[in-house]
Amino acid sequence: MESALKTAFPFIVYLVAVLLAFQGVLMIVAYTVLAERKVLGWIQGRVGPNRVGPWGLLQPFADLLKFIFKEDLVPDKSTKFVYFLAPLVALTASLMPIVVYPFGPRIADPLGWLVPYVSGYGAFGEVVAWIAEQARNMPLTIARIDVGVLYVLSITSVGVYGVALAGWASNSKYSLMGGLRSSAQMISYELAMGAAVIGPVLLAGTLDLNGIILAQINSPFRWYIIPQFIAFVVFLISAFAETNRVPFDLPEAETELVAGFHTEYSALKFALFFMAEYVNMFTVSVMCTVLFLGGWYIPGLGRIFAPGSIPYAVISHFGFIAKVCFFLFLYIWVRGTLPRFRFDQLMNFGWKFLLPVAIANVVLTIIVVYFLSL
Amino acid sequence: MVGSILFYLFAGFAIACAAAMVWQKNPLYSAIALIGVFISLSLIYLTLAAPFIAVAQILVYAGAIMVLVVFVIMLLNLGDDDKSRKQRLGYLYGVGGGLGVILFLQTLFIFYAVLKSPAATNVSDKTSGRTISIGQTLFTQYLLPVEIVGVLLLMAIIGGVILSRRLDQPEIERLVEKELEIRKEEEKLEEPRISF
Repeated sequence: MESALKTAFPFIVYLVAVLLAFQGVLMIVAYTVLAERKVLGWIQGRVGPNRVGPWGLLQPFADLLKFIFKEDLVPDKSTKFVYFLAPLVALTASLMPIVVYPFGPRIADPLGWLVPYVSGYGAFGEVVAWIAEQARNMPLTIARIDVGVLYVLSITSVGVYGVALAGWASNSKYSLMGGLRSSAQMISYELAMGAAVIGPVLLAGTLDLNGIILAQINSPFRWYIIPQFIAFVVFLISAFAETNRVPFDLPEAETELVAGFHTEYSALKFALFFMAEYVNMFTVSVMCTVLFLGGWYIPGLGRIFAPGSIPYAVISHFGFIAKVCFFLFLYIWVRGTLPRFRFDQLMNFGWKFLLPVAIANVVLTIIVVYFLSL
Repeated sequence: MVGSILFYLFAGFAIACAAAMVWQKNPLYSAIALIGVFISLSLIYLTLAAPFIAVAQILVYAGAIMVLVVFVIMLLNLGDDDKSRKQRLGYLYGVGGGLGVILFLQTLFIFYAVLKSPAATNVSDKTSGRTISIGQTLFTQYLLPVEIVGVLLLMAIIGGVILSRRLDQPEIERLVEKELEIRKEEEKLEEPRISF
């Protein structure tokens, strides 16, 4: 019994970690929607939602309830299987990168302070001591895989199917055009995004997200936004295009395409697409933070608290969340400020400007890294 | 134990998807099934401790190539396969059956060879399958093949550009214009005269 529990322990820990991380990310995403409506309201001189709960804080839950209780319409001539599959693909592909996010630094001994208090309680004290022993050097990442950057890029590239299949399966002109536009846009800007990612990866010498953060801490610049500013700008612009946000929200240009690929979707299926879009925003914000803003690293914090201690980890974690939230705010800010591109402008900009700039940055970085390593 | 359960799960899913890909009449369903094959293959690579290959599999095949295939199918809007082709392509059953028998014999031979050979020594190198070792082998031991593949891909890109953009090639442009003129005249001839 005891050995079985000990074998099952890592799986239980992973299960709890996954649930916690998903819950946290989804809560941030839910409140991003509220923040978007509030901030857009302020930008346009309005108040924004303020009826549900104090200051409108319960609005996301009210929206969710509304989505659940709405009538679920399925177009008569749609291809049913693909029509049901598409929102699932979109949301799954957007949620899967969460497992590699580096939420914070390693904690050397997270539960060690508990052991003296419970050591007098026999078996219970022993169990706590054993768990505390297991929890030593606890990373604040669910899965630390060797190819974290590539993993995130590949999973988000699968997300194109959700949009493309939704457009095709709805059997509507607007949906099909929206789906085609969106997949063309995502394929085009994926190239610039991938080329922009190569810069920081070259400097860090690893594809592991935590490794990139550690390499930034050890580099003279602390944050890669300084030596890789071009890559940062290219990444940020293509991130807007990848997530179909203003000024690149052509798939749902309402004056031309009603609502683009999700025109025919209603109720909870529409909510899945909606959530997928905001989770994707969160993902690219995390990537931007990790690659260019040093992830959870706050300069100077190591002088106040010892690295590896609990307060250091907690403050670093909230620093990480704050940086991600800054990018989320940037999305909303840009949405309230800029008009939409035309489709040919979008394609020209992606292929003829962003991609060459990103490739030039890669070549430049390779030369610099080569001469520095001599 | 867990490893073999996962292997049978993913392998079964891969085979089911492959069978579905062949059986489906609708080309888009076939494409979706093929994506399923790629994803389950990459999961098998993951269980074999080769994360780079697994991620590259999804990134290249599922994320890039199949997106283009789905794109083309959507643009062409292909319907279900019509019945008349069944008669025309009947001889393919024989060819497919023959190839299937050969594949089955090959599988048997591989099983035989594996059972005959002494047990494989465990790879003690922990870094094998990781990004850094793959990169180092590619650019030292297999440098020439990598360069050849690179040149081949460059040729393919240039070929694609030339085929799709004929503006800089007056000869091809003239040919195409002539062809278009001929077609137009043919259409004029075939056009039924409407008279009231």
